[in-house]
Amino acid sequence: MLNWIYLHLRAFALALERLAGQPFGTLLSALVMGIALTLPAGGYILLDNVAMLARGVSGKPEISLFLDNKADSGQIDAIRQNLREDPRLSAFRFVSRDEALKHLESSGLGDVLGGIATNPLPNAFIVTLRGDKPELFAALSEEMRGWPGVEHIQLDSAWVKRLAALLELARMTMLVLSVLLGVALVIVTFNTVRLQILTQKNEIEVSRLLGATDRFIRRPFYWFGGLQGALGGLVALGAVWIGIDTLAAPVAKVGETYGVLIVLAGPGWRESLMIVGLAIALGWLGTAISVRRHLWGRP
Amino acid sequence: MIIFDSVTKLYPGGYTALDGISLQIAPGELVVLSGHTGAGKSTLLKLIPAIERPTSGTVQVNGQNVSSLSRRAIPYLRRNIGLVLQETRLLFDRPVIDNMLLPLVINGHPPKEAARRAAAALDLVGLSGREKEFPAGLSGGEQQRLAIARAFVNRPSILIADEPTASLDSAYASEIAGIFGSFNSAGVTVLVATHDISLFRQWSPRRIVLDHGRLMEQ
Ligand SMILES: Nc1ncnc2c1ncn2[C@@H]1O[C@H](COP(=O)(O)OP(=O)(O)O)[C@@H](O)[C@H]1O
Ligand SMILES: [Mg+2]
Repeated sequence: MLNWIYLHLRAFALALERLAGQPFGTLLSALVMGIALTLPAGGYILLDNVAMLARGVSGKPEISLFLDNKADSGQIDAIRQNLREDPRLSAFRFVSRDEALKHLESSGLGDVLGGIATNPLPNAFIVTLRGDKPELFAALSEEMRGWPGVEHIQLDSAWVKRLAALLELARMTMLVLSVLLGVALVIVTFNTVRLQILTQKNEIEVSRLLGATDRFIRRPFYWFGGLQGALGGLVALGAVWIGIDTLAAPVAKVGETYGVLIVLAGPGWRESLMIVGLAIALGWLGTAISVRRHLWGRP
Repeated sequence: MIIFDSVTKLYPGGYTALDGISLQIAPGELVVLSGHTGAGKSTLLKLIPAIERPTSGTVQVNGQNVSSLSRRAIPYLRRNIGLVLQETRLLFDRPVIDNMLLPLVINGHPPKEAARRAAAALDLVGLSGREKEFPAGLSGGEQQRLAIARAFVNRPSILIADEPTASLDSAYASEIAGIFGSFNSAGVTVLVATHDISLFRQWSPRRIVLDHGRLMEQ
């Protein structure tokens, strides 16, 4: 166990030495990997911000159930009971036709309605959902349409739907982009490790003659690829932070003109670890392929 | 025990480097291998740590059939064999001490033990105090001695050397021969390919002569 740790420390030191031994190449690789990672990482964080912003602006997504004026109190109670028991809803409130009329009058529209003798407004339930999935909206409104006493259902989901679709599209684009850039990253590591193997050819062959196992020979290369990935990840993290810092002020100004307070959130601890972790994983993948391809089949 | 059984080695291109070699080397023997350049000495030595594989026939080392050894098993075979090849195969971008530590680390010796052994081995070949120098700064003879120290630092049970005294002046040559002799006296099987048999005379070695890939006399 102790020896295993020692061997890893040695491999780690070797990898560091090799990275430091060619500072320009290391810097270049870190930048290439960093830039390749910045696009998807920054994109996701921006999307996160937009999604959060959208939720803030729209408030909670709502469905309005307008009741038939002929609905009796038993039907209204039954609807109330249904709403109370549905776990997909987060809240609901009843707006009686009198309340609605008062609200309308106080809003200054009363004059328009002044001439009408009877209240034309229906009783209504305003329902708030948990989550903003368009499918949830569709399923719920379909169900509620069938309840006795419900005359009309109004979703304010149209734009939620559109926004969700738009975000989904953006997410898919980011995903495709991430996969492509991930592949690019693997190729970059593959190639730098290939060059390392060529540079270390003599040391590898001598080690083999002295009885080194494949594992022993591979170990420093895995550290090398992983460290390079980590460097790339850190560059990406830095770039994302700089990007958010640069965007924060102009975006806040835009928000101000609409009377909205917008604070761009950078990657948190979890996101940061994920970005660096992903970079390390991709570095390892590139190393694994390269080692398999270039170290194999030589006695 | 090292056993060659009807071993033939053809190199790509069809050249027959070894032709039907059969011989046995008992543990603790000192064997001196001679023959003209191109006779097949290096090829014969390389078959033992499975650097080369026979085209036909078998090579056994301590009961293991080396000629068909799996890739995974080869490292463990080599850890028990000290090798001095004709080309010294040093790490020229690493100081002397790193060259010495490599086989010890590969063998899983903890750092302290490795440092102690490396120092003792360097002392034995007269390279004490040169730890931080690079092999390129050493003379040909010193490089040769470093390669020899690296080969025996692991205390292998078999020591193989391919013309180890070729680039040494006579004073060092007999000293190096003395090192091989004393390892042999301590029970190590020693195989040396050399043109200079007289160096080993005092240990009354077994002589093997190769001629165009064939065994001449034993
Ligand atoms: N890797 C190789 N490929 C092709 N021919 C080789 C190779 N190694 C050695 N030979 C040939 O095999 C013969 C024996 O070589 P070697 O074993 O090195 O002889 P020695 O060590 O006695 O001088 C020589 O003719 C040499 O040219
Ligand atoms: Mg030779």
